[in-house]
Amino acid sequence: MLIINVQDLTKQFKTVKAVDGISFAVSEGEVFGFLGPNGAGKTTTINILCTLLSSTAGSASIAGFDCAEEPDKVRAAIGLIFQDTTLDVGLTAYENLKFHAYLYNLDRKLTERRIDEMLSVVELGSRRHDLVKNFSGGMKRRLEIARGLLHYPRVLFLDEPTIGLDPQTRNTIWDFIGALRKKEKITVFMTTHYMEEAENCDRIAIMDHGRIIAEGSPARLKAMVQGDIIRLVTADNQSAVQEIQKTFNITAREENGGLSLETERGDEFIPKLIHALPVETLSVSLQKPTLNDVFLKLTGRTIREETLQNGKEVMREFVRSHARAQR
Amino acid sequence: MIQFRPIYVICLREFKKFFREKSRLLGTLARPVLWLFVVGNGMTALIKPHAGISYLQFIFPGMIGMTILFASIFSSISIVWDREFGFMKEMLVAPISRLSIVIGKAISGTLISVAQALIILVLIPFLGIRITAVQVVEVTVVALLVSFCITSIGILIAARLSSFDGFNIIMNFLVMPMFFLSGAMYPVSSMPPALRQLTHINPLTYGIDAFKHVLLRNSAPPLGPEFSLSLDILVVITVSVIMLTLAALSFRRKD
Repeated sequence: MLIINVQDLTKQFKTVKAVDGISFAVSEGEVFGFLGPNGAGKTTTINILCTLLSSTAGSASIAGFDCAEEPDKVRAAIGLIFQDTTLDVGLTAYENLKFHAYLYNLDRKLTERRIDEMLSVVELGSRRHDLVKNFSGGMKRRLEIARGLLHYPRVLFLDEPTIGLDPQTRNTIWDFIGALRKKEKITVFMTTHYMEEAENCDRIAIMDHGRIIAEGSPARLKAMVQGDIIRLVTADNQSAVQEIQKTFNITAREENGGLSLETERGDEFIPKLIHALPVETLSVSLQKPTLNDVFLKLTGRTIREETLQNGKEVMREFVRSHARAQR
Repeated sequence: MIQFRPIYVICLREFKKFFREKSRLLGTLARPVLWLFVVGNGMTALIKPHAGISYLQFIFPGMIGMTILFASIFSSISIVWDREFGFMKEMLVAPISRLSIVIGKAISGTLISVAQALIILVLIPFLGIRITAVQVVEVTVVALLVSFCITSIGILIAARLSSFDGFNIIMNFLVMPMFFLSGAMYPVSSMPPALRQLTHINPLTYGIDAFKHVLLRNSAPPLGPEFSLSLDILVVITVSVIMLTLAALSFRRKD
């Protein structure tokens, strides 16, 4: 069953076309990811789906309800975890969750049970009556995830779910989402510009300048980048290059005292290669293509570069999170 | 489209935060105390009692009005805080109507503001004013109406304000003039004609005049009430309804 269905969605801001006629569909239970640099239109798309923004053209529906026509029904079916924290830091963890339960009209008994359940899932049970302003970044994120799931949404939206978190917390959160998927029939829609994070998805759409430029499973997208990269160091690199050229018709490049060559199915190629070489092989490594290579191939830029180049954005985020910490 | 549980929980949150932020309570209470005892006493030495009313007694209704003005504006400005720190999104993506959010904010802002106005009444014994139990009830009723009116104005402003940058402008060009042009410090009739025109379009003028009806009922103008009580109440309620409707409408706007 299609739980998210988007057709020719367009969003025109005054001078910019943030989303430019995108179409995609997500089936129930799937983990679907939007990958792309900042400003690609990921967050705009999420805001339209969760009824915070109206679209300029096209249609979007969630669980069969049109996002523009029946916003209340859409909102009841979704849970959101935003890029920036949306907790009230002046309230306790328990109070934040209770506020949420009242907004989603859970009955009183169920509210208490769900709050207990969710707090223990995100391991914040012992901190339930502490003010959120005293929480670390990771704890806030976990509390937000607990809150987003409190009303058992059918679709969970994660906008850059682990931005600014340490790798350990990032892994914990993904373990938790994985466990949750096994238990509940929940659909996850996420955006990210972390390649490693996108690998957790069943299916990915790569976005750039408001358009979807590629879509498929992480493996399929990576297959778009032809071949793996093999790096090796031999006792005599010169004769190794000649031999590789002669036997396999592949041009190996010398770099940093070693050789690198590109080939399809690198894992199967390595034994053949070593067998064929007349000189001793000192070390071999195989590098599988990453989604970053896919993005690089499709756009000629890497996602990271883009993120870092945009220094103003980084600075703004820093100031914002700093101001929040002060409160 | 009015949902009671969300309204209840929005109010509950505001009350909890109000009682937790002691500095905010202290700030709103310190202001009228300063005005009454420093400005009021200073002016009383300068201005002779008029028809048996000292200057201090004259400005007391205005001080209640001022407390409500600042308390209500601060309560409704919490909407801008909510937006700046993201919490507004939590409410906007919930399956509740925009009207419920606006009503929740209006009710909580009103009650917090009334509570602060009533605390000011504690100062009465120190000012040589006598007040009866009936007058306390009447002050409460008027305080409810005036607080609701000013809170509605504040919510409309907050709904249109995109960031805190505009807050100082609002304070200096709207809130302070509203206070000075309200008959709180000097009788409306003693102002130059041009300024008097401005007091007539200021809803707070009518709110403070209603407080004068309750607290200075035996005095004639210029120190006593200058308009009829029914006009005061009518203006306050009409402005409230218009402002709250506009606020609910501007909340619905999605761009």
